[in-house]
This record gives sequence, structure tokens and C-alpha cells, in this order.
Amino acid sequence: MPYALCFLLFIIGLYCAVVKKNMVKIVIGIMVMEYSVNLFLVMLGFRTGGTAPIIGRDDIVTGGTLTELFINSSVDPLPQALVLTAIVISLGSLALMISICIRTYEKYGTFDITRIRRLKG
Amino acid sequence: MMERTVRMEMPIFYALLLFMIIATIIAVETKNLLSSVICIGAIGFGASLMFLFLRAPDIAITQIVVEVLGLVILIRATISRDRTFITGDREFFGVVVSVVVVLVIFLAGIKVLETLPPFGTAVFAETAGAASQTYVREGLEKTGAANLVASVILDYRAYDTLGEATVLFTSIIGATVILRRKSRKLLEEPDI
Repeated sequence: MPYALCFLLFIIGLYCAVVKKNMVKIVIGIMVMEYSVNLFLVMLGFRTGGTAPIIGRDDIVTGGTLTELFINSSVDPLPQALVLTAIVISLGSLALMISICIRTYEKYGTFDITRIRRLKG
Repeated sequence: MMERTVRMEMPIFYALLLFMIIATIIAVETKNLLSSVICIGAIGFGASLMFLFLRAPDIAITQIVVEVLGLVILIRATISRDRTFITGDREFFGVVVSVVVVLVIFLAGIKVLETLPPFGTAVFAETAGAASQTYVREGLEKTGAANLVASVILDYRAYDTLGEATVLFTSIIGATVILRRKSRKLLEEPDI
């Protein structure tokens, strides 16, 4: 059920990017899709009653091995690491998209994509 | 104590997800661009809280920083520029077709999500030979990092981080090229 709500978020973003005519609204739709995908990937690695994948002093038995409690309750570190990368990249792509919007506004004086004639193929 | 935390968690997840969905609907449907951008900020901070409750503190911190920067960029783009009045809708037929297609994707996606194991089960712990098992078991011993996420991004998958830095710099170069006032070629032969 949380997966379904997350997917609903993605669908609203997709609707916004497909139907709206304002360029900034399209960028916002793409951002919402990015959020929901990041959230979904982190949710896949979650386990109920788990702990963050950070090893504390109590989790180490003498000799440097980890306790079974930590191994059996840590959440998945791999999606978290990859989502960390994706979040930073989304900032770069947002900057690129917004700069395109600003340039288009300077040239045509509007964000309305139907009035930007020269973008027509 | 443990039991109570577990039982408290699910309502928090549902509340945060519903908050994010409501903020998204407002952001999509409002006419004023500035309030739409502010709603994006609400979604981002909601996502950050959600990451915190999903036991991902590193992502929560990064999400807050990125969200603040992204809001500054978005407000720079929309402030005093939101005079775009969208007159008239798109062709009725096109809107209907896109809504139908989006709904079909939603229903198909719900069907697919039913095949996933229920929320809260550790998929990686039950899959034999999953890479994450190795990271959890041997991360401290092999890399010396107490934070397993750091050991993944900086050691096991360091090339991924290198690629991330490349993509980031490429996009920033693209943004500066687009935002530059006048290029040399335009000065010679002005665009009409």
C-alpha cells in the first residue's frame, strides 16, 4: 500500500508533465517524478523495526566481527547509496532545465509552450 | 519499546505520503507559479522526513541541502515572471487521450506492485547472493567505514560517484552556456 501511494505520486507528476502548458509546470512535474522514484527505491530496502546502516560501538563483538542482531536488522545500504547519487544529479538537471526556461522567457516573454512558435518542428 | 516504535511507524508513513500527494495536487493545479514552487518545497521536505523515518539519515541530510538549493533556483526563475496567463486549454481530444493513457499506466503499475513482497520485508536478506548482504557483513572489515552507505559510495561503487561528479559538472557547464548573455557568434551576426 505505501508502494501504491508512492506510485500515485509518480502518476500525478507524469500527468503534470504531459498535460500542462506552462514550462515551469512541466519542470515541476519532472521533479515530482524524481522524488517519487527516489522514495520508492529507498522503501524497497526498508525492513520493519530495522536500524540505519551505521555501525555503532555496541554492534561489534570483540575481534571485529559484527553481531547477528545488527546484520539481521540493518536496512539495505545499496539503494540508499545509489539514491544519494541520484538526488545530487537531479539538482544538476534542475539547474539545466530552469536555465532553458529562463532563456526562453527572455526571448519570447512567455512560459506558454503553445506560443513559442519557433520550437515547432 | 521496540513494538511501540514499529506500530507507530506505519501511520507516520501514510500521513507523510498523503501530505506529499496533497502538496503535489496543489502544486499541479494552482494558477500562481510562486505558490506552486513553494508546494514543491513542501514535497521535498516531506520526502526528507520520510527518508529519516525510513532509516536513511544520509539521504535526509542531502535531500534538505538539495531542496534548499533547488528552491532558490526555482524562485529565481519564477519571481516577477509569473505573468504567463494560459488562455484556453489544449485540444480537448489530446487531454482526454493523455489522461486515459496515464490511468492505464497507473492500473498496470498497481498490478505489477502487487507482485512485490509486502512493505517492510527485507528483500535483500532473503535473496541468495545479493550484493547488499556482502556489504552489510564485510563492509566494516573491508573498508573500515562505520557508515555502510559511505563505504558503498566511496569504495565499492566509487566509479558511480565519479560518474555522478562528471554528470553534475556537465550539466553546470550546459547551464552556464545557456545563460551566458551573448555568445561571440551572436555578436557578429545578430539573430533576428
